[in-house]
Formats: sequence, C-alpha cells, structure tokens
Amino acid sequence: MEFLGFLVRRLLWSLLVLFGLSIVIFTIARIVPGDPARMALGPTASAEQVADLQEKLGLNKPMVEQYGLFLTGLTQGELGRSLLTEQSVNSDIRKTFPATLELVISTILFAFVLGVPLGVAAARWKDRWPDTLVRAIAIFSAVLPAFFLALLLQILAGYVLNILPTTGRLPASMSFDADITGLILIDSLLKGRFDVMGEAARHLLLPTLALGLATMGQIARITRASMIDVSRQDYIEAARAFGVPDRLRMFKYMLRPAFVPPLTITGLEFASLIGNAFVVELIFSWPGMASYGIRAIVQKDLNAIMGVVMVSGAFFVFVNLMIDVLVGVVDPRVRIRGSRT
Amino acid sequence: MTALLSVQNLSVSFTTYGRRVEVLKSVSLDVPEGAQIALVGESGSGKSVTMKTIMGILPQPPAKIDGGAIFFDGRDLLTLPERERLKLRGTAMSMVFQDPMSSLNPVFTIYDQLGTILKYADRRLGRNRSGKERKARVLDVLAQVRMRDPERVAASFPIMLSGGMRQRILIAMALLSEPRLLIADEPGTALDVTTQAQILKLLKDLVTEKGLALLMITHNLGVVRETSGYTYVMNKGEIVEHGPTAGIFEAPKQAYTRDLIAAVPRLTGRDQ
Amino acid sequence: MSQQEALSNAWQNWFRFSRNPTAVIGAIIVITSVSLALLAPYITPFPEHVGAVVDFRNRHQPPSAVHWFGTDNVGRDIFTRVIFGLRVSLLLAVVVLGIAIPVGVILGLLAGYFGGWVEIVIMRITDIALAIPPLVMALAVAAVLTPSLTNSMLAIALLWWTWHTRLIYSLTRQLRSQEFVEAAETLGASKAHILFREILPNCVSAIAVKTSLDAGFVILIGAALSFLGLGIQPPTPDLGTMVASGASFLPDYWWESVLPGCAILFVALGFNLLGDGLRDMFDVEDVR
Repeated sequence: MEFLGFLVRRLLWSLLVLFGLSIVIFTIARIVPGDPARMALGPTASAEQVADLQEKLGLNKPMVEQYGLFLTGLTQGELGRSLLTEQSVNSDIRKTFPATLELVISTILFAFVLGVPLGVAAARWKDRWPDTLVRAIAIFSAVLPAFFLALLLQILAGYVLNILPTTGRLPASMSFDADITGLILIDSLLKGRFDVMGEAARHLLLPTLALGLATMGQIARITRASMIDVSRQDYIEAARAFGVPDRLRMFKYMLRPAFVPPLTITGLEFASLIGNAFVVELIFSWPGMASYGIRAIVQKDLNAIMGVVMVSGAFFVFVNLMIDVLVGVVDPRVRIRGSRT
Repeated sequence: MTALLSVQNLSVSFTTYGRRVEVLKSVSLDVPEGAQIALVGESGSGKSVTMKTIMGILPQPPAKIDGGAIFFDGRDLLTLPERERLKLRGTAMSMVFQDPMSSLNPVFTIYDQLGTILKYADRRLGRNRSGKERKARVLDVLAQVRMRDPERVAASFPIMLSGGMRQRILIAMALLSEPRLLIADEPGTALDVTTQAQILKLLKDLVTEKGLALLMITHNLGVVRETSGYTYVMNKGEIVEHGPTAGIFEAPKQAYTRDLIAAVPRLTGRDQ
Repeated sequence: MSQQEALSNAWQNWFRFSRNPTAVIGAIIVITSVSLALLAPYITPFPEHVGAVVDFRNRHQPPSAVHWFGTDNVGRDIFTRVIFGLRVSLLLAVVVLGIAIPVGVILGLLAGYFGGWVEIVIMRITDIALAIPPLVMALAVAAVLTPSLTNSMLAIALLWWTWHTRLIYSLTRQLRSQEFVEAAETLGASKAHILFREILPNCVSAIAVKTSLDAGFVILIGAALSFLGLGIQPPTPDLGTMVASGASFLPDYWWESVLPGCAILFVALGFNLLGDGLRDMFDVEDVR
C-alpha cells in the first residue's frame, strides 16, 4: 500500500518534468533568431511562400496561444508535421523509434549483465589484480568517446577482421517486418525465423558494444564501491559472527542491499546514453530515431527536431520511473519511507 | 568446578601503520555455568576486543593474539581448528549485538535473516531441520522475546519495527540454536532509557529461565548493578579489579574503580 | 583554522596526493595538455597549417620524423593541428565550466539553505534540465542557431550547471544543520556570510573533484558535437572534426582519424584520473 503512494509520487514528478520539458523545447524552437519558415524554405523562397508556411505553422498567433496548441497537440501525440518528409512527425518517429529502442535495451542489458559481476569481482578481490583490471576498464571506458570507439570497432571487426557486419540492422538481402514489438530480435523469435534472429543479433553486436562500454564501466565501478560499502556494515559482521559462510551465500546477502546504487546510476547514465546513441546510430547506419534526428537538424526541420528531443526526454523520464519502481522493489526502505536513510 | 568459559592471560596486540599497540594485557576472567557476569570499562578499555576474541571474529591482521588461552567447556578455543570453532560460534556461544539499527540487513525480512542463520547453524551442527521446522523455531524464539505477533514480525522488514523490537530480535537471533553462553555487547545503549530497562529485564528473565551463562559487556554501571552477580572492571587492556558486584560497589579497592563509580551522576545528593 | 593547521592540512593533502599514482599521472597529463595548448603557436612545427593551407604533394603521409602524426588529405601536418585542436577543447571546457559552476553553485547554495519555495522551484527546474541529454540539447540548439563553437558552448553550459546545483544542494543541506552554521546564525551573521564564508568553503573539495571530472566530460561532448559537424567550422582544427573527416579514409590512412581521437582520449583521461585522485585525497563521496 505504501508502495502505491511511492509510485504515485514518482509519477507526478515525471509528469511535472515532462511538462517543463515541453516548455523548454517550445521556447527553444520559437525563440529563434530569424523566421523558422524562412529558415526551412531557404533564402531562395519568395515572400509569398514564406507567408504561406507561416500561416500553416501558425506562427502568426501569440506565443501563449502557440504554446497552448503545442501542448494540446502533445497530449494527443501530435508532434506536428515534418517540413521535410511532409509526414506527421509522430508517424516518422514511430517508424524509427523501435530501432533505437532495440539498441538501447540491448545496451542496458549488456552494461548491467557484465557490469555488475565485474563490480562484484572487483570488490571480492579488492586491491588484487581483478580489482585493478576492472578499475582500469572502468576508467578507460569512461573517457573513450563513443564515436571513436564505434569507428575503431567498425574498422577492426568489420574491415580488418571482417567478422561482423558494420551497417544496418539486417543484411541488405534480408527484409523482415517486425510488426509485433518492433524489436527484430524478439519478433523474429516469436515468428520462428531464427535466421533473421541470428542476423539481427550479429548486427546488434558492434553498436551495443560501442554504446554500452562506458555505461558498463560505470556500473562496474559503482557496484564495486557499493559492495565494499555494504561489506563494512554491522549487519554483515553480525551475519559472519553467526556463521553465515563467506561464499556465494554471503554474496546474495550483500548483493541485495548493494544493488540500488548501480540501478540509480543506470538511470542517470541514460541521458548520456541517448546522446551517444545519436552518434553511434550515425556511424553504424542504424535506422533509428537518432539518425532521423540528425537529418532533421541538418535540414533544420524544426518540428522533427522538437519531436525527437521531446521523445528523448520522455524516454529518459520513463526509464527513470521504471528504475525508481525497481529500486522500490529491491529496497523496502525506499518503499516505505521514500529514501534509503 | 571449572567455569563454562575461562579466559586465561589473554594478550592481544594491534599493528597499524607500522606501530604495534597492546590492546589486551594478560586478561583473565571466568564465567561459570548459569552465572551472570559483567565486564565493565569505558570506551577504549579493550572490552570489545575481549569479546571479539572470545567469539573468534577478530580480524587477524591487523590484530594478533600474543598469548593466553580461552577455555570453553574445557577446550582451548585458540588451539582449535576453525571448523571446530565454527561449530560453537552462534550456537553454544552466541552474541547479542549492540546496535539494533545497523545490525539487521535492511532488505531482507526477519524470517529470511533468522532462518538463514538457523539453516547454517544446523548445517554446522549436522542437524537436519525442514523448512517448516525452521519457521516454527524462528516463531518460537520470537515468542520467547515477548513479541506479541511473531508471525507479523517474522514477515516484516527491519525498517517497519521499532528500536526496542529490533533489539529483541537481536536477542532472539542469539537464542536460535540454544546457546549455553550469551555474550551481550552493550545491549540497549542505542535506545532510550525506558526501552533499555525493558530489554535488560528481558535478558535477565531469559537467562534465569534457561540457565544460560551471561557475559554482559558494558560501560554503564547502572546496568551492571541490576543484572550481574560478579563484575570485572577493565581499564586500558587490563582487569584492574573483580569481585561480587555488591562488594565492588560498596567497597571498591582500586582507585580507578572508585573513580568510575563516582563518575556516575546521582539523582540524590548523597555521596557513596 | 589556524595558520599552522592550514599548513599541516596542505602538507597532508600533498602527501596523500603524491602517493596516489593515478592522481599524479592525471595531473601530469593535464599540465602537459594545458602547457601544449598554451604554447601551441611556439612549439608546433607547422603553425601555418592551422589555416586554409594546402600542400597536395604531401597529402596522406604516414607518421614520420618530419610529420609526427602524418599529414591529412590536403597535406597539413596533423600533429600541429592536434595541438591547436587541444586548445579549442580546453577553451570549451573553461568557458562551459566557467559559466556552469558559478551558476550551479549559487543555485545549489540557495536551494539547500533556504528550503521552502526557493528549494522547490530550483530543484524542479534542475530535474527538468537533467532529463534532457546534454548532447541532444546541444544538437537542438545547434539546429536552431548556426553551428558554431559559441553556440555549442552555450548549449552545454545551459544544462551543465544542473549537476553542480544538485551536488551543492545536497552538501548544503547536510551542512546546514551542523553546529558551526547554527553558531554563525545565532551570532547574527548575514545570510551571505553564512553561505559564502561558512558553507561554501566546506564544499570546495567536492567542487574541485567535480570540476576536474567535468572538464573531461565536457571535452568529450564537445568532441562528439564537432564530430557531427556542429562545432567549430573548418579550417580551424578541432579534434572531433578531424576524427570525422579522417573517418572516410579508414583504414588505409588510419592516422588521420585515430590520432586525433587518441588526443581526445588522452586529455579526457587526464582530467578523469586527476578528478579521481582528488576524490581519494579529499575523501569525498557522492561525486560523479
């Protein structure tokens, strides 16, 4: 029951943040030096064409009214019309988002599934070589720019060693309609198309690695610190005094309380993850929302840009909400009291 | 009659940053079967180290046992292999921890924690208990420490329980495997005075009921008077005085003891 | 704190710092990079290659004794351009942090100390700003304004202060209830005095750690931005741009892309190690 209260509070916060986000985005888009319509059409367009577009975009109405329209549109999922593709931005994004989603999910899984055990190992063998190795990995992965890593991986695995594909989600010869979840990996499994699934996995590998290495390093580092912190707690000493064996069992006993910081970090890291996704998608020609966004930026497609930023922000908020829920599940103190202290 | 627990000439030193400090200097104390003994001293006197060495949970670097013996039931614990010591730890010889706020794992239920401890204790003793029997035993000890609703408590997380309840759970933890000796480390000091009094009364009742030996470690002289028949006074790693509690208080032989007693603030104006 | 105490504190800190290998390495890297950047025009072999110079006979030369890092597709010396590119990166870090830190610290102090409305408003705004990935924000800003170094710096700074606000906020809240603050309040010290002379000095170590770590991250984001073509425009050298333009020649003329990338890595590593070392030295927690 208390959990529900906790969730409701988090939900309200999320909504508030989204609301604020919409204001920020709107402000950026409208407080632009120069005229968005002219910018989109370029200097060669006639005054008539510009005026036309202005009317279409509703640029002549007062600011507040424009924002009102924007907001109501948002709540209905209406993100305006892309100046480039003439499609609704909503449908454009909906087409490209699943690819980004698949990449991001696989990245987070990768970072977590590898990062946590590495952190635990580093804590277990503190100050010995596994610890040093993990910490070195963590530091390097944090300072290695994602785009650089992506490039290096591309050359190495793709051209030099030639073992992994370097562009797209599937080979050009293969086509597959992921119409259930939008995630090729899942949908191909559900449909029994293991050949597609295999190819999808191979194509996912490099982008995931490029995007996820830094996050993995951070998670490993935080897990290590958290485990060390927990191992010093009184209740662990008490358990030892009562003979709980210092092996796997003790780790389960230590891991649960230690689990929350890595979870929280993942949530915070998510912002930079989305940012880096833009670059990685570009390098690997991954047909996701980020590529769409970059094109929009280059073409100064205002509505599309706003749409992408809004969706990115919403994605971040949603993920953090999920993480808060997870934290509440793991740690009863948060459930009941709303904090860990 | 040989005592259940007999510490003889125990010396322990600590080495940190290259310097060696003697923390225990030839400490000796006896706890007869069923007796209630107090070990008194201020912070830093060495009483925690004594307790940890007896229980065998002293981290051995940086600490080092320089000499002496600890006899439990006639066997010198210091010469026993770790496996044998493990059979006694938390079972025949059990500890009641000091801080109820931090001595319980916050993310596991009471049943999870006590059940785990019981499971491994059973394993060490070669006893075979089913899950159901374990649950029953956990509820049983919770009832022994006067929990009004053992089922609910067992299913709760530490954060849902009051400080007093948590301290009682720590006592229950110690009782799980039917110990013969309880070592209580400053029980109730983290709680308010009224609750502490309740805890001490509970301890005394339990110990008398079950005929357990109790070694009470404390800095609080008021506690000592209420709960023990025999007292050891410790200062700077040495036992400076020991004797029947009443005697110590009425006619302290050592200056240190006298100062300790005099330092207790009195409610009345009379001086001892 | 007496003079003597301050001195012995400084000595202790230095002692701990110099014992920490990562910190020392970090410091060396940072100092090297900064020196190189500052002295760029004087120490680079081909300072004129920074401008719109072409030397087609010498294009795509691999690293050699003359051109340590080789030459690029129009024959310019890459080593020179990398050093000048370092300048740009460091300038970015200085400007962004120079804006973000004061703003963030002041807002954090206000929010942490005064609580109530002030706290709610400031922290909610912070939450919102944190929800926007910095890179995405920079992209958006770059989109609506012309891509340039200034605009990138502006965009990043607009979001960066939030991290500092959060940090100082939580520190201030902890410190607010401590005795020395209460003492100052009872003595009737002005709010400004309490904030800046009592609370802030206790935050300095955390700020120092965070600044160092941040410098590295800002440089990385700046590089990513210019990689995408939204940073400083050619022909001025910039590390991210160099990686991007060199990318089309991979893997044959790898040095054109890889070496500038390594330079980015080098600088970011230095700041990161330095920040870590400072963190260990000051024994600060909760600073990312």
